[in-house]
Amino acid sequence: MALDNGAKPEAVHDSTLVSKAPSNQVLLVLRLVAFFATAAATIVMALNKETKTIVVATIGSTPINATLTAKFQDTPAFVFFVIANGMASLHNLLMVVVEIWGHKFDYKGLRLAMIAVLDMMTVALASGGDGAATFMAELGKKGNSHARWNKICDKFGTFCDHGAGAIISSFVGLLLLVLITALSIGRLVKPRPATLSPV
Amino acid sequence: MAKVGRLFGLVLRLLALGATMSAAIVMGTSHERASVFAISFEAKYSDIPSFKYFMIANAVVSVYSFLVIFLPAETLLWRLVAAFDMVVTLLLTSSVSAALAVAQVGKDGNVRAGWLPICGQVPKYCNHVSGALGAGFAGLILYVMILLHSVHTVLYPLLD
Repeated sequence: MALDNGAKPEAVHDSTLVSKAPSNQVLLVLRLVAFFATAAATIVMALNKETKTIVVATIGSTPINATLTAKFQDTPAFVFFVIANGMASLHNLLMVVVEIWGHKFDYKGLRLAMIAVLDMMTVALASGGDGAATFMAELGKKGNSHARWNKICDKFGTFCDHGAGAIISSFVGLLLLVLITALSIGRLVKPRPATLSPV
Repeated sequence: MAKVGRLFGLVLRLLALGATMSAAIVMGTSHERASVFAISFEAKYSDIPSFKYFMIANAVVSVYSFLVIFLPAETLLWRLVAAFDMVVTLLLTSSVSAALAVAQVGKDGNVRAGWLPICGQVPKYCNHVSGALGAGFAGLILYVMILLHSVHTVLYPLLD
């Protein structure tokens, strides 16, 4: 790692040398996987909709049907979840593109620092979306007897299953994002000749 | 310069300690009893898992802040503190977000799910919880600043 970081300051304008360094390749692969995880979470939750027709009354021999729909837009927490994961996946995509093709763009040498800061912000956003959606899903699954809120997962099972899948995928994406942030902060470490070599 | 940086970090951490501790305490003491049509209705923070999580997260973060304030200036543990600051910011965002989601349902209800708002019956409880959420949000913003500051301090040490 020390040699890697030592090679970087001179090689920052030579795209082939930086992109071949193993830590950069690991970072790229992690970003790709995180992009797929967050994109999957966004898409699965955005397409989450279930319609159920239930019989509410019977007049004579003709049943009266009521059609109930459960969509993700009903709950602001799920809307925030979709938006947060959408932005996280956009961020990952942008970072992947910048890694592969964008080595010429540099602003006063602050490129790596900006990437690290953006990663931290994305982690905060994605974790916010996850937290809200998890507790909302728990409320829908178990209800809350104290507030007299009934559970809805027994009636809309598919809606709940899809939502659970999206939340799990988003947690995987969040874990990967935390790892990516740690790695990209590690890339900022300057080699210090007088002291021990950095992490 | 290093002294100013360290002082700035210390001030931020003290403020964050105050914010998270007050969020935890205010949420923990939210409690109201109301009777609606001779049914006694009691609202506590522990009835709602989201609020419990909010209280526990803020309590943990305030203990962590308290411990970090006493860390001496030049140990190598500051790198660990930078990593923990990131984890703690994550914890705070998710707790504030979760509590806010459930509090919004409590305030406005959810027509589609057949959930009635409860703020009409226990208005003082709702105000209490809103206060705790505000303090939690302030703690979160402070912690984002602390995170940026501590990562900066670890990576670009001002001494040498």
